[in-house]
Amino acid sequence: MSTATDLDRPAAAPAFQQVSTNRKTRNRIATGLVWTAFTAALLPLVWLLITVLARGFEYVLTADWWQKSFAGLTSRQFGGGVYHAIVGTLLQGLICAIIAVPIAILVAIYLVEYGKNSRLASAVTFTVDILSGVPSIVAALFIYALWVTTLGMPRSAFAVSLALVLLMIPVVVRTTEELLKIVPDELREAAYALGIPKWKTIVKIVIPTALSGIITGISLAIARVMGETAPVLILVGYNSFINYDPFAGSMASLPLLMNSERLTTNDVGEARVWGAAVTLILIITLFNLLGSLISRATSLKTK
Amino acid sequence: MSDFAKVERPAARETGSRGAPPNTAPEGTITTPPQKPGGAPGPAKVPTRPGDRIFKAMTVGSGVTIVVMIVLIGVFLLIQAIPSLADNESNFLFSRDWNADPAALAFGVLDLLLVTVFSSIFALLIAMPVSLGIALFLTQYAPKRLAKPFGYLVDLLAAVPSIIYGLWGLYELAPALRPISTWLNDTLGFIPIFATGSSNLAIGQTIFTAGIVLAVMLLPIITAISREVFDRTPSMHIEGALALGATKWEVVKTTVLPFGRAGYMSASMLGLGRALGETIALLIILASTTQTFSFSLFDGGDTIASKIARAASEFNDPKGAGAYIAAGLVLFVLTFVVNAFARWIIAGHKEYE
Amino acid sequence: MAKRIDVKDLNLYYGKFHAVDQVSLAVPPHSVTAFIGPSGCGKSTVLRSLNRMHEVIPGARAEGKVLLDGEDIYASTVDPVSVRRTIGMVFQRPNPFPTMSIRDNVVAGLRLAGEKNKGKLDEVAEQALRGANLWAEVKDRLAKPGGGLSGGQQQRLCIARAIAVRPDVLLMDEPCSALDPISTLAIEDLIGELKKDYTIVIVTHNMQQAARVSDQCAFFNLAGVGQPGRLIELDDTEKIFSNPGQKATEDYISGRFG
Repeated sequence: MSTATDLDRPAAAPAFQQVSTNRKTRNRIATGLVWTAFTAALLPLVWLLITVLARGFEYVLTADWWQKSFAGLTSRQFGGGVYHAIVGTLLQGLICAIIAVPIAILVAIYLVEYGKNSRLASAVTFTVDILSGVPSIVAALFIYALWVTTLGMPRSAFAVSLALVLLMIPVVVRTTEELLKIVPDELREAAYALGIPKWKTIVKIVIPTALSGIITGISLAIARVMGETAPVLILVGYNSFINYDPFAGSMASLPLLMNSERLTTNDVGEARVWGAAVTLILIITLFNLLGSLISRATSLKTK
Repeated sequence: MSDFAKVERPAARETGSRGAPPNTAPEGTITTPPQKPGGAPGPAKVPTRPGDRIFKAMTVGSGVTIVVMIVLIGVFLLIQAIPSLADNESNFLFSRDWNADPAALAFGVLDLLLVTVFSSIFALLIAMPVSLGIALFLTQYAPKRLAKPFGYLVDLLAAVPSIIYGLWGLYELAPALRPISTWLNDTLGFIPIFATGSSNLAIGQTIFTAGIVLAVMLLPIITAISREVFDRTPSMHIEGALALGATKWEVVKTTVLPFGRAGYMSASMLGLGRALGETIALLIILASTTQTFSFSLFDGGDTIASKIARAASEFNDPKGAGAYIAAGLVLFVLTFVVNAFARWIIAGHKEYE
Repeated sequence: MAKRIDVKDLNLYYGKFHAVDQVSLAVPPHSVTAFIGPSGCGKSTVLRSLNRMHEVIPGARAEGKVLLDGEDIYASTVDPVSVRRTIGMVFQRPNPFPTMSIRDNVVAGLRLAGEKNKGKLDEVAEQALRGANLWAEVKDRLAKPGGGLSGGQQQRLCIARAIAVRPDVLLMDEPCSALDPISTLAIEDLIGELKKDYTIVIVTHNMQQAARVSDQCAFFNLAGVGQPGRLIELDDTEKIFSNPGQKATEDYISGRFG
């Protein structure tokens, strides 16, 4: 039988060596761990979204929710809507964007097209770095110290917008700066060689090339600042009726409404808080979608 | 007068057989006044168009504006903090009491500072390994086709407003954590950080709950930057390791991790900066307390940010507000140092550009 | 219309680095002048200094004179923007503006200078595209983006764009180096036609190309690494390729270096 065993034995060493079991096990453990980490991130996301929808979705289904305020309702009466807070959120976000976007884009243009290695450019970059790390509560205190205490202006929605400007500028500057940097110098040179002045080269060639990304960045930034709560806590009062005047009086916004109504410890308060949470998430989603739609419409096509 | 400086070309110029008609573009050339003879040559002499001058002035103006703005804001904050600090009867940095009553100011930031740092570091310790796992998953392990949508899901975590995190933390996560926190407190209570704290475990308005919520909020921040850095691992390194017969994990361990270490650390520091300043989620979750902080995860209390937010309605007196502004300055300096450290870590890492 | 160029004692710098030393040369109107020489010898730098594109690079500066029909383009009262409107340039890689249609690319120079008359712009676009031998290929898709064309078509689009502003001189910086042989041939034919209307200066790495398209040829070289580039010889193309005056030129032409 010895010949048979000989025949069973391979004539040469195997072409592919076995990977040791130890190494295989480690590899499997590592793979398992990274999958677990990813799942661990999805769990709170899903849980949170289900919570918000389960607790609040039923309240946003009425037409009143989108068209009326809580004016005239006590904290024990169901009904009414968050129109006043939607107005506030959009108005504050819009005013913020109107102020912040032009400044931020000009700053980014300065950094990429003009500043290069100048001292002012380093100072500006440093400022943007500082601003990007400023917590929103500190930005709110900044504006409080400047607008309310030093200039003696009343708390108002406009003060909120100013605080949001501080939070939005670094985001838009960074995005725009990165996008302008990747516009090829060849395009600038082609424009210069046609006798197009530098500013027109920037406005008509460089910015349009980067535009779709800039728009995405701006809409993400607006969505982000609209969800900020700290500035509205400090810089404007809550009221339950509609106010369109950003310079005077209290003005509701969705985060502020949630923070005020969460202290109403009954079913009515809960309905208002979670309904507002659904509304806020919908608005933020809408802005994100809007951003990517506009950017798709303005993005460069080759065909 | 130079020919280049003429607004229009001579009309008599013949239009060639090919090419365009003469350029009669309205935008003319600026002629600068004649230079003094013998003037030193230099960039200052180059004539510029008004469009260029105005536009450049606008961009420089915007740059100067934001620099001046931040300086002014710093000055105003200091101006308003100083009178309150002068009237303060406690040591601002070392007292653990907070009394911002304008009639008898006695406030110290130490307790708030400790809660702020403690909860943020707790959150960071949870978020760091998980974010590392997610970043590795998205860049190295996830099926190529799914990497992008998966990454988008993680980014969604960053789009959720913090007030919603706060509500979720208080009403959903806290009750769910009760068995875990009770068990930790029962079995490991002899260790100070698991000792019984100032907050009621049954309700869960503790630093433990708050820290976990903070950790979830940090995940997308740390992951986003780490992903970017891991993605830039030179493919030559990865292929080199593969060619030596390394397993996936060995490839990651020997190429991706060493390459991305500085970026990951920097991302984590940026996350820490974000955690230190988080306001509303902590305001909602943490139970307010009069007891001093005892370094337990089951304490309540206030961070600097949540304390300021809690007091927002009492800001009507400048002296009282000044106390909170002083605390805000401490928070500002703290986040500034952490963010500067984050940038310092990756300074000089050209390969990340 | 085509003008002559006289370069006198031109020195070019990038910051402290002296890139080109004491170049003097003359380019007659309605001619094609080729700049040849090994990499790094400064031929592109000289070309870019002819329409003040050199100074666009931070720290770069020029000393000396460049006369266009006797007028110094580096005179202190001259606006570089108007110099570039008079002396056009085509680059190594085709660089159409990605946000613009084919037609808008061609008329970009005029439109951004303020010309609004649509009829006139359409007319200019057609003339320039015909001038660049591209009209037949793109006339049905003028509103499509320029980025959808092939490399050779894109480069002819860039030439159309350059001639649409009706310059006097056309500078070309290795215009065929990114193109396939057939597209290269199309561009070379075009250069031959364009010299009826323009003075053309072309930088090329390809000596056969220099021999095919140019009337006169300038050979640049550098003495060594870190040394500035110099003009070694300028002569009729025929003479340069058959009987050059300098040993270095002959070595380069015959492929002994470079």
